[in-house]
Amino acid sequence: MAHAHESNVKRIWMVFGLLSVVTIVEVALGIVKPDSLHLTRFLGTSPLNWIFIILTLFKAYYITWTFMHMEGEKKWFRRSVVWTAVFLICYLVTLLLIEGGYLFDTLGPLVNW
Amino acid sequence: MEANIAIPSDSKETWSGGGVKPFGASYGKMMMWFFILSDALTFSGFLAAYGLTRFKFIDSWPIADEVFTHIPFIHGDYPMYYVAFMTFILIFSSVTMVLAVDAGHHMKKNKVTWYLFATIIGGLIFVGSQAWEWNTFIKGSYGAIKTSDDKILQFVKDGHQVGFADFVVGDRGDERITHTKKNGLWFESGQTVPEYSVNQVIASYKADPSIQIKSELIDADKKQKIVLSREKGLEELLKGTQIVEGANLQVNEYGNTIFANFFFFITGFHGFHVFSGILINIIIFFNVILGTYEKRGSYEMVEKVGLYWHFVDLVWVFVFTFFYLV
Repeated sequence: MAHAHESNVKRIWMVFGLLSVVTIVEVALGIVKPDSLHLTRFLGTSPLNWIFIILTLFKAYYITWTFMHMEGEKKWFRRSVVWTAVFLICYLVTLLLIEGGYLFDTLGPLVNW
Repeated sequence: MEANIAIPSDSKETWSGGGVKPFGASYGKMMMWFFILSDALTFSGFLAAYGLTRFKFIDSWPIADEVFTHIPFIHGDYPMYYVAFMTFILIFSSVTMVLAVDAGHHMKKNKVTWYLFATIIGGLIFVGSQAWEWNTFIKGSYGAIKTSDDKILQFVKDGHQVGFADFVVGDRGDERITHTKKNGLWFESGQTVPEYSVNQVIASYKADPSIQIKSELIDADKKQKIVLSREKGLEELLKGTQIVEGANLQVNEYGNTIFANFFFFITGFHGFHVFSGILINIIIFFNVILGTYEKRGSYEMVEKVGLYWHFVDLVWVFVFTFFYLV
């Protein structure tokens, strides 16, 4: 392999601490659900949901870059994996969520509550 | 390099691809990454389908905090804690795995062995926790009534959800009992008859004015399920056809059946990945003990299996967010 094998133990524990803190924040917010974040709207959903999604992507970045050692791979190898996933997932999620919203708009009024 | 020419290679090189290393990554590691990429897209497909369905039923989707409220051995309403525990277990087993890989780089066989062992234990705890979570979900917590127009009605008293046993009184009224093999004419057993009948529940609802009915509909301003008035509740209850206890692929006491279907499918598919990850880890574990990689001069196999294990953790991070948090 191209990269040198210096010991990363310290960094691993630091990332573990970071991921733990983020998870604790997520869980705390999930239990408390402050009204100001939970019951308001921002860009189509609540600010709380945006916080959860951003923290999730933050965790995903650290798992991939540090634990899976993506940071040590060659630039274009990294891109061939990461970009493929990111672009396809963005595309898929966008279309499916728009379609889900459309289904609700058309079918929702037919349900008699 | 003869990149485009198939070269008959020694079968020993099947997993290493020989000396050719495009992008500086060995054949096995590169293929593991591309497998992970395809698997990530599969999981994205499932989660995006979950998103579509949730958007389709956005005004009546079950609220996760009301569904996953249990902790083993403790009674009461504790949403989030248990699944947070599961998340920690998986993150921690990821850490021990990456420590095993790191020890492998330094050819420290003993350390690799112990870190792999810890990873396997972490995986087993996670799968066990998931089995418990499934079991709790299948058994259900309070029970509900399903109406002829496929709605789920739950019961509340003083703002808290209650089970049938908390308010249903009297006789079930139809004399039905579960038909067992023991007294069956054709040695067949019948469907389990629930403890209470729909008519009995209706009669008890009429008799106890403190009981109200919680509908599936969400109040968009408060993000809570709407509790119906006594009159409106009775009107809905009279349409009741079935007692629902727990969740399965046909009915779900927590609301939309398809919520249960997605839960079983996505967490099940993830759980299966964890399970196969544990099996692969065990194989690698014994190879480490036997000194296979010591002889080979490289612990790269631990690294490749580690990639898969981290991926399982990565997927859980997303499942955790989209099933329990958002």
